Amino acid sequence: MKKMKAVFFTMLAVAALSVFLIQSGVSAQQPADQAKKQQQPKQAAAKPLVQAPDTVTPAPKMAFFPCSQCHAAMPANKTERALAFHTEIALKHMPAGWCFNCHDEKNRDKLKLANGDLIDYNDSAKLCGQCHGATLKEWQDGVHGKRTGMWNGKKVYENCLTCHDQHQPAFKAIKPLPAPEKPEKIIYKNKK
Amino acid sequence: MTTALINFFKDVTNIFKGGPKYYGLMGILIAVVAVGFGAYYMQADRGLIVTAMRDQVAWGFYIANFTFLVGVAAAAVLLVIPAYLYKFKPIKEVVLFGEIMAVTAISMCLLFIMVDVGRPLFVWHMLPVIGTINFPASLLGWDFFVLNGYLAVNLAALGYVLYRYSQGKPYDLKVLLPIVIISIPMAFSIHTVTAFLYGAVKARPFWNVSILAPRFLASAFCSGPALMLLVFQALRKYEKVDIEDKAMFKIAEIITYALGINLFFLFVEIFTDFYANTLHGESMHYLFFGIDGKTNLVPFIWTAVVLNLIAFAIMLTPKYRYNYKTLNIALVMMIIGVYIEKGMGLVIPGQTPDTLGDLYEYMPTVPELLISIGVWGIGALIYITLVKFALPKIRAAKNFEH
Amino acid sequence: MIKKTRKHPAGINVDRRTFLKGAALGLAGIALPPAGADAGLLDDFFQKHFREMNDEEVRKVIDRLEKEYSKKYSKDIKVKATKPMENVMFGYGLDIGRCIGCRRCVYACVEENNQSRDPQIHWISVLKMKKGSNLVDLNNSDKYYQPDQVPEPGYFYLPVQCQQCEDPPCVKVCPTKATWKDKDGIVVIDYNWCIGCRYCMAACPYGARRFNWGQPNIPADQINPNTHYLGNRPRPKGSVEKCTFCIQRTREGRYTACVEACPVGARKFGNLLDPNSEIRKAMEHFRVFRLKEDLNTRPQFFYFFGVKSNRPGGGK
Repeated sequence: MKKMKAVFFTMLAVAALSVFLIQSGVSAQQPADQAKKQQQPKQAAAKPLVQAPDTVTPAPKMAFFPCSQCHAAMPANKTERALAFHTEIALKHMPAGWCFNCHDEKNRDKLKLANGDLIDYNDSAKLCGQCHGATLKEWQDGVHGKRTGMWNGKKVYENCLTCHDQHQPAFKAIKPLPAPEKPEKIIYKNKK
Repeated sequence: MTTALINFFKDVTNIFKGGPKYYGLMGILIAVVAVGFGAYYMQADRGLIVTAMRDQVAWGFYIANFTFLVGVAAAAVLLVIPAYLYKFKPIKEVVLFGEIMAVTAISMCLLFIMVDVGRPLFVWHMLPVIGTINFPASLLGWDFFVLNGYLAVNLAALGYVLYRYSQGKPYDLKVLLPIVIISIPMAFSIHTVTAFLYGAVKARPFWNVSILAPRFLASAFCSGPALMLLVFQALRKYEKVDIEDKAMFKIAEIITYALGINLFFLFVEIFTDFYANTLHGESMHYLFFGIDGKTNLVPFIWTAVVLNLIAFAIMLTPKYRYNYKTLNIALVMMIIGVYIEKGMGLVIPGQTPDTLGDLYEYMPTVPELLISIGVWGIGALIYITLVKFALPKIRAAKNFEH
Repeated sequence: MIKKTRKHPAGINVDRRTFLKGAALGLAGIALPPAGADAGLLDDFFQKHFREMNDEEVRKVIDRLEKEYSKKYSKDIKVKATKPMENVMFGYGLDIGRCIGCRRCVYACVEENNQSRDPQIHWISVLKMKKGSNLVDLNNSDKYYQPDQVPEPGYFYLPVQCQQCEDPPCVKVCPTKATWKDKDGIVVIDYNWCIGCRYCMAACPYGARRFNWGQPNIPADQINPNTHYLGNRPRPKGSVEKCTFCIQRTREGRYTACVEACPVGARKFGNLLDPNSEIRKAMEHFRVFRLKEDLNTRPQFFYFFGVKSNRPGGGK
């Protein structure tokens, strides 16, 4: 009996102590947490692609936009074929697929998600993210893609389309800038 | 005090006494130094771009010479040990010339550092107290202390002995011995610290080897005394300085051991790198065989190895070692051999290929060579001047026993 | 702190300690042209170590330098001495799975950091390496590649710049303490204190340090006027320089020039102490490695292979 009493009191003491410790810990942490919150406001309810103080670069300007200017009057042709007008588009994205996987048949000024939702061209990352989910997550974390601006503040997120062509997403080779001079070539030249 | 001053100036005038040969030699040396100064002026004006050093090979011929000369300076101790500690009299008499050699070599070391730095006006930054010397972290900080300390100790010993001689008195061993005893570890330390200067560089596996310090000491004990033996013979011939054969041959004997050890150490390094054949052996490969047809150093290093081997064979045979003709051939071979092996053969391959695998072949430019020859000229002038200054006193000292 | 100053005959204020320094050296008379010939040179000669100067002294030095540079480049050039931020430790990530070796970073760096155009100085070296080759064996690399287009099939690229080591060998060997690791992790150089002995260059395992072999040359119309004392201000001939993580930008919160120039987004930069920073996220998402880890220099520059199969369903 005596033993149980001792155990009970010890437990009580431990509990009281831990409550005290936790509370003092919380109060000490509070200012830090508040500061953090101020720096990084919570995600807005509408679940934007990126956190509030940052911006995403808009989709590249298209040559024939708004699409509806021409397409509104045209019936959608779902057969896969060589495009007669948009010769600049060569679809090398997926083994199979056609325009209407991504473009809405009726409203050509919008993109269409798999669930039928229509989205703006500037929100194309959402569309890409349907299949490339891991990459979208990496892009949101900043480990895929490019950001400019402030490392500790307002940044610009480069849109998927800044680097990838939506119809041929594989990165294209570019010309490198000149090689460094070989040490043998670095010699004194009279500048006076 | 007045007599001391008068004696001092009398001895200074001795510098100007000499035959046409002497004046001719001094004239040539002064001309060489003047050309060196001209080249240095150009380097100071245009920058180190006039040398062949680049980011890939940031240390070149100057530092190679510096490294070799630290060895020469350290070798003076070789004469000090038997002379004062074991009372080997024949060597005792030549010790002063050895100490003058040490003082000269250290001065040349400091000059080679001065011509190598990019902003020589600002070297005061590395002084203690008024500058911000990075001691004890930087091995260059250590080098600063040991080199200047060694210079001071040798100047003190030299100054004390000459002062006593000029008073017509033998030196007091009670005063000299502590200085001498300090100078022994210091001689080892200048060479060890200079070896650590390279050994500490973990970025460069060719330098970052523990055998570097012993190898440095071994090579120092051949090239330094070898240079001295040649100088002593010249002194004997032209200044009629009395140097016993016994002393000369004793030094030759010590050189033989040192050369043997040096060759052994080199062999150990070659074995380790080539047998293990790791990526760390790349520099050694470049040095001995070249990489991708880049073979600038290959003829030099093989020349050095062959010269050292022949010199060792000659020195090992008593018949040839005790014959000045063959001895001198061996000494010259050895000096050239060690000069290549420990100068360019150490400094350049350590940086070739560079840490990112870029292989730039360094070969000194004309201005670089002229400046280096100029520094050697200054060294020769310092040595001759000091010997000329000391000679009357040393001659006078013959009259009293110690 | 106000120091007693002594009026110099040439009308230059030299405080007593500085004067004693010079007098003790006995160099002032020999090494310098007659007093008054070039006041800047005297001030330059007597200038103290950056870390030994108080704010007032730093301001004076900066005023002098700004005047000197503005005159030289006939342009208003600002020199800052922005201090490190609290609770910041910079880290860098480089995705070698993505780098295509286009050298956009190299030249963005040259422009941002006022590197000498001739003699040419590049702080970033991009190494081309054969796929499947030994990543440790940099002797197999080529930094002078010049094909028509990159990436070349069969090769990958490894850009190298100052790794801002946690235990930097260059700092250890510097005989004058002219280079040190600042609180935010950047290894900086006081170009005015550097004597140009190049021991740091011998000691650096990453070939990151560059020497001004000749008088650095930047066309006046290309100079970046926004500079930092420890960063991209014009450097004197005979001193050593290297990447400073764009100290003039990053200490103000901006990304480095190379991060912003990279066309494939292979470069990541941020605060290692912030778990939400891109660099920390990269360390979490990918397996990172550092160059020459056996040397225990512990770089704050991490490499990773960010490309995995991007294709839905695991790719082919």
